[in-house]
Amino acid sequence: MPRYDIRINGAARTIETSDPDQPLLYALRGLGLTATKFGCGLGRCGACNVLVDGQAVQSCMAPVASLEGKSVTTLEGLGTPANPHPLQAAFIAAQVPQCGYCTSGVIISAAALLGEKPKPSEAEIRTALDGNLCRCGTHVRVVRAVLAASGQEG
Amino acid sequence: MTTSPDAPRLSRRTLLEGGALMVGFALGDALAPVGALAQGAARSAAAAAATRILDPKEVDAYLAINGDGTVTVWCGKVDLGQGLRVAIPQIAADELGIGLDRITYVEGDTALTPDQGRTAGSYGIARGGMQIRQAAATARKALVERAAHRLGVPADELVAADGAVRPRTGGAGLTFAELIGGARFDLKLDPKAPLKDPESYTLVGKPLPRPDVPAKCTGTLTYMHDHTVPGMLHARVIRPASVGAHLVSVDESSVADLPGVRVVRIQDFLAVVAADEWTAIKAAGALKAQWSAGSGLPAQAELPALLRASPGTTEQVLTTKSSTDAAPPPEDARSLTATYFWPMQSHASIGPSCAIADVSAAGATIWTASQGTHGNQATFARFLGLPKDKVRLIYLDGAGCYGMNSHEDAAADAAVLSRAVGAPVRVQWSRQDELGWDPKGPPQLIDIAGTIDAAGYIRDWRTDMWIPENTRGLPSIPLLAPEAAGLPQTPGLNSGMISQNGDPPYRTGRMQVVAHWLKTAPLRPAPLRSPGKPANCFAVESFLDELAAAAVLDPLQLRLSGLTDQRGKAVVEKIAEMMSWEQRPSPGPNSDQPVGRGRGLAYIHYKHDEAHVAIGMEVAVERASGAIRVERVFCAHDCGQIVNPDGVRAQVEGSIIQTLSRVLKEEVTFDRERVTSVDWSSYSLLTFSEVPKLDIALIDRPTEPPLGAGEAACAPVAAALANAVFDATGARLRTVPFTPERVKAALGGQASMPRT
Repeated sequence: MPRYDIRINGAARTIETSDPDQPLLYALRGLGLTATKFGCGLGRCGACNVLVDGQAVQSCMAPVASLEGKSVTTLEGLGTPANPHPLQAAFIAAQVPQCGYCTSGVIISAAALLGEKPKPSEAEIRTALDGNLCRCGTHVRVVRAVLAASGQEG
Repeated sequence: MTTSPDAPRLSRRTLLEGGALMVGFALGDALAPVGALAQGAARSAAAAAATRILDPKEVDAYLAINGDGTVTVWCGKVDLGQGLRVAIPQIAADELGIGLDRITYVEGDTALTPDQGRTAGSYGIARGGMQIRQAAATARKALVERAAHRLGVPADELVAADGAVRPRTGGAGLTFAELIGGARFDLKLDPKAPLKDPESYTLVGKPLPRPDVPAKCTGTLTYMHDHTVPGMLHARVIRPASVGAHLVSVDESSVADLPGVRVVRIQDFLAVVAADEWTAIKAAGALKAQWSAGSGLPAQAELPALLRASPGTTEQVLTTKSSTDAAPPPEDARSLTATYFWPMQSHASIGPSCAIADVSAAGATIWTASQGTHGNQATFARFLGLPKDKVRLIYLDGAGCYGMNSHEDAAADAAVLSRAVGAPVRVQWSRQDELGWDPKGPPQLIDIAGTIDAAGYIRDWRTDMWIPENTRGLPSIPLLAPEAAGLPQTPGLNSGMISQNGDPPYRTGRMQVVAHWLKTAPLRPAPLRSPGKPANCFAVESFLDELAAAAVLDPLQLRLSGLTDQRGKAVVEKIAEMMSWEQRPSPGPNSDQPVGRGRGLAYIHYKHDEAHVAIGMEVAVERASGAIRVERVFCAHDCGQIVNPDGVRAQVEGSIIQTLSRVLKEEVTFDRERVTSVDWSSYSLLTFSEVPKLDIALIDRPTEPPLGAGEAACAPVAAALANAVFDATGARLRTVPFTPERVKAALGGQASMPRT
């Protein structure tokens, strides 16, 4: 069975799958990393976003084979309840999530943005998150939390 | 914004025990890990399932004082992200007289929690919370009476606080654990048990953080989609190619090369089951099946006319008021008629529905994100052929649901499949299934006729609404799996209370509201957040502005002059203040500009006796493109006593943004065979760049009953927006969604009315 060496949340992992087209999303969830959510399987909602070498990638569209040798970070890899990433801490402080199903993908997209641009404008934050859908209507809090995480007033 | 400096910080201690979600609270670091206390309490609660009192008339159904002095609260309502997990413990802890850190909270499990009805209709706090407040008040009264007996002190000289009953004047008391710890109250809820003076509340009214938020932000919350059961198989259900189609044949050899795939066919119910999810997905894609022609859908463009002409419709006068004024209307009176249309819409949950079922001849356990665990017990028992008490439904968090999406359908799929294959089965719907087959918010067609005189008095008003009827006594909305598999269930329609708020909340002369109940609906309907009210308020509050424009009156002043309810007046006056409302009629002075800017408002007294909400909007409309830019939304919101202000604020924010999405973009599309809006391109939602600034004023009335905050702010959104567009352009929008094409048509002088 083909094996793929992928760095996941800082640890070297080997994914075995008979199907190299299997999307990363299912491999991650199979490893128990369930923060990354299935939303559409079509690359249109952002719920499954993960960081691949610092870029936000839709894991439902990324075949496992394409990740060989790359570094993947999921929401679990950003931080933990005891030691949260600044974005996670800001999202908690702003009480952002309602159902929370989109939150993982939103935080990942925001992390990718802050990686490229540490102090984005509000408009840049909104544009960067346009690929992430939220049905509960938490958008205003999301923007405020991303501003706060980047050291700007929300 | 979220926490007042003096509010205790809560840590999350949520865990799954026996499948049921337990939440504990601890003072200190908001990010502390799960505590041992909650784990112990969870174990004891799960073990107690066999002996739980579930009668909603009994105090013991809702709360217990444990031997260690902690309190367990059981709630039949579930937390969908709206914050009941903190708000209900706030209510219970305050009323009982104990710290929030001593409470363990259990929700939505038919084996553990009392049936408090579906979590719907904004009744989580207003009904569910008030039952628990009364249970706590009854328990406190009993604890005080026991203490009075044992201390030899009159009950009225004692006070329950901090988990103990003590003399008001100080001195030794008895802890709750000493008074009853571990034993039952054996008491009925006493409606006369006195409630505490709201001024004495120390938790109610505080913006305490929701305990599940840290887990949701770090990926440690177990959602329905993340839950696993030992030995669980993964399934995908294959829906018919067309609505109403029957399964003709299945070619099982088409999936023979996929390892371990089993095809399950029960009449028209077709599924593939596999050991892992990705194999199930591939099998669902590869399986070849032949379907008959469908039962057919109407032509979408003809839908409004078809509603009006629907055969077998029954009429019901919902409200009627005669006028004592027999005189003919004065010369200056203006009479108008208008037709408004609201399309079918989807819940459009971000995660397609998912469920797990473990069914055997002995019983069934079903893990579901359903808003109605208890209500579904009888439904599932019936089609599974099991006694009701052998069917246990356990709630787990799902992707947001706002009425009834496909959570129950996924659970029924899993139950039918688990019984068929003899193992626990997890069913995960696809995006296309979710948008194609979730039960839909129904279409609504509304006519209004009215007369206004020059002074702004509405001399007469008549609303006619064409809406699917609610089948009387329907236990639950018919589910897809039993329907396809030929299993017993009660047929019928349920769209929620969609006929409310069809009357103007203002002083009028003659007034009548008539419902024309339709016997069928083009697609299976279900309640969708604020059922019916966004459309009814859209029609009523748009028409009020149309009357105001006809009489050349300021629309806000017209509302104030017609409002008799002081709390209603207060929210409208608050909007005037927030928007620095300039008194003038609409349309506004720049309505002929290439980009017209305008303002509008709408008001509702939700369901006639619940929250008062006024919403104002500032918009820019580009005439060339027809694009509406909502720049700012203002909301004044009075839902009575506010239990958790940040929770209410989050609900109001969500109600406004979600409804703006529905009004600007959303419409289920279909051809003559099937729904065609099955992905995020064909059914698009509001994006981050399109979300306006929100300015929300919460009016707290601590001594009034809490009225619910989950959906009232949805209702005025469409009318406030339509009225603002009219103010900006002079064009009147009467059909949702307000697409650029519709705006351009309205600007071009074509009335934005459905074909009827």
